[in-house]
Amino acid sequence: MRRTMLYLPGNNPNMLTRGYLFGSDGLILDLEDAVAMVEKDTARILVQHFLRQGEFGSCEVTVRINGVDTEYWKDDLAAVVPFPALQGIRAPKVDDAKTVKIIDEELSSIEEKNGIPLGRTKIFCLLETAKGIWNAYDIATASPRVAAIIPGGEDLTADLKTSRSSEGTELDWARRMLVFAARAAGVDPIDTVFPRVSDDAGLRKETEFIKQLGFEGKSVIHPNQIPIIHNVFNPTEQEIAKALKIVAAAKEAAERGQGAVSVDGRMVDIPVVKRAEYTLLKAGLSEVK
Amino acid sequence: MAKNLLGREIPDFIEGYGKTKLFQGAFALKPEGYRAGGKIRCVNSTCTDKRVSDIKAAIAASGLKSGMTVSFHHHLRNGDYIVNMVIDACAEMGIKNLTLFPTALFGVHKKLIEHIKNGVITRIMGSVNGPIGQLVSEGGMEVPVVLRSHGGRPRAVAAGDVHIDVAFIAAPTADKYGNICGTQGKSACGSLGYAFTDAQYADFVVAITDNLQPYPAAPISMSQLNVDIVVEVPSIGDPAGIVSGTTKVTRDPLRLLIAKYASELIEASPYFKEGISFQTGAGGIPLAVTAFMKEAMIKKGIKGSFGLGGITGYFVELLKEGLVERLMDVQSFDLEAVRSIGENPKHIEISADWYANPWNSGAAVNMLDVVILGATEVDVDFNANVNTEADGALLHGTGGHQDTAAGAKLTIIAQPLLRGRIPCVTDRVYSVTTPGEVVDAIVTEYGITINPKRKDLLDACSAVKGLPVVSMDELVSRAHKMSGPTDPVETEDRIIGVVEWRDGTVIDVVRQLKKK
Repeated sequence: MRRTMLYLPGNNPNMLTRGYLFGSDGLILDLEDAVAMVEKDTARILVQHFLRQGEFGSCEVTVRINGVDTEYWKDDLAAVVPFPALQGIRAPKVDDAKTVKIIDEELSSIEEKNGIPLGRTKIFCLLETAKGIWNAYDIATASPRVAAIIPGGEDLTADLKTSRSSEGTELDWARRMLVFAARAAGVDPIDTVFPRVSDDAGLRKETEFIKQLGFEGKSVIHPNQIPIIHNVFNPTEQEIAKALKIVAAAKEAAERGQGAVSVDGRMVDIPVVKRAEYTLLKAGLSEVK
Repeated sequence: MAKNLLGREIPDFIEGYGKTKLFQGAFALKPEGYRAGGKIRCVNSTCTDKRVSDIKAAIAASGLKSGMTVSFHHHLRNGDYIVNMVIDACAEMGIKNLTLFPTALFGVHKKLIEHIKNGVITRIMGSVNGPIGQLVSEGGMEVPVVLRSHGGRPRAVAAGDVHIDVAFIAAPTADKYGNICGTQGKSACGSLGYAFTDAQYADFVVAITDNLQPYPAAPISMSQLNVDIVVEVPSIGDPAGIVSGTTKVTRDPLRLLIAKYASELIEASPYFKEGISFQTGAGGIPLAVTAFMKEAMIKKGIKGSFGLGGITGYFVELLKEGLVERLMDVQSFDLEAVRSIGENPKHIEISADWYANPWNSGAAVNMLDVVILGATEVDVDFNANVNTEADGALLHGTGGHQDTAAGAKLTIIAQPLLRGRIPCVTDRVYSVTTPGEVVDAIVTEYGITINPKRKDLLDACSAVKGLPVVSMDELVSRAHKMSGPTDPVETEDRIIGVVEWRDGTVIDVVRQLKKK
């Protein structure tokens, strides 16, 4: 599940130590925007230290590296990829498939050098320019390592030569495009952060909207946002009850050797059963599966 | 030198304190005999106006002399002008060697340091915070300070351990014959809870007001029966320091996480049912616990009976929404609480005696289901320290910590595992304020740690999916791992503080810090 991926500033030991306690599905140890130029080395060393011996609970652990247009990105990768705790890297400013390929090659070389199974390190691509959004499908399919694509917020808005509104009008098309590209490529669409950290109602509204668009989850900039996003993404009690019924009926039908089955007077076919199983997975009832 | 029940070494006699009684257990000591009393007074119809011209005239009329005991209450908190005003006047009048018996002191009282140094004050019985605490910890007073809880203090007065010669009462409203209330006037502070025992037992009572009303003032919280003199001054305090604005629930994610776990522990406990009573105070975590509990109460459709202790606007909201039936208020923290206690008959002013004294016919804390507290450190035996910091300095008063822990059915200490680099869970606390016997659970960002004697709570929590239960051993070892070794506090032999349990026995002593 990738309902919530929480950014932790790579130069803040306090947040790095406790970040996992807030219960997000994933963590992003940030070496890029949260870290000032003069602290790039410090943050890299600190993040490396935490990957070696920190605790992350059941979170999916990723590191946001600096962009391939900077002098830091190779050092970032070399510092973090060897650690088993790392599951993926979040690459900023991915404009095209070529950027993904460059990172892919570098990852392969580090994995090989360190005796790590090739392809273990996933790539989460941040599409922060108009060009990146335009190339979303190509980016998502550029490497089997790509696990998710994420639209940029601030950078993308700037590139579109507009400003960020509370309704998110300017990001509307980019979000829809990104969901289509991600789903077509079989990777996860994950939304950008909601920057107004004390606007709980605004966050809920935006999360409801992006969930409806088809997003898998959202990047998170403050721990207080996690329960709100989970609350939106978690199935309601009604949805769970319905899903349990469908899955049970499907199981019974399979045991009887029947394909289609009727639940509450409606025919239930395979996609519906799959969706019900996914609902139960999200509700933490995956053992039912 | 003998050891008390908790293994703390306590001398039989402490210079400046007297003979000690050893702590024997939270409920072990039973009182005998009769209550003490103040001087009998006689005022007849020739006196129809108790006003005097100024503070010095009041001090002179009170008969206050060098070597006596003066008492104060802290409802004006950091806005208080009274303590400094009275002690300055005493100094000018050549009165020395006073015992100061406040319910608490604040940063605004750091001016007293000069009066400690010049011998006007030679003894403090009450909490010493901030700079005064530091001064005392470094050996700046001849005799040890005595720390008592909010309930232990009225107990000591009623039992005759402490005799108040003159009580000075800050009166936001008063009339010329000494009827007082705290809810009206420009310096309104709400409840006058801590001052009641002082008014009742002192030999002489001075009311100081900046809002004189025609006789008889109304409403009346403390009556003319116990007030000997009234002084009108331009101002008794700074409203900005007396009450805060609206108390808001914290946005700090770590504190919210801890509060969420504490609330979940309460929900899992057998006390989360119709009629639950609770005390949560005004701190960041406790207030957030109240917010989470509110959600849970609404969801489960239950209502509380009463909220106790220091009251905030948040509690007032619960009262207005019908989620608690009554508020029992010993101290009103913010403007909303002050307004409410003045208007709503369901919001009741109670004295510290009523609130927490273990030696009366039943204090309010006895009726408490749940209390959320803090502590500077807690040890493997669940003993809690609230008086000293990790560096051994006396920095905090006991407040209602001991009393509510002893009274409540579920006592929770909720706080982050580390403050900066300093762990809050340790092998042995530097000094004990509250014994582990009355502490049921510690809640940190790592989860809920239950006192093994509360197997019922352990079972209740284990039954809740997703509730992290962490053993004390695990918590301590985590704290050690995160903070690394810390240097032990180095002290001299001299005792500078005596920590009394609420029944007057000595639970611990605090020694003078070695000069660095």
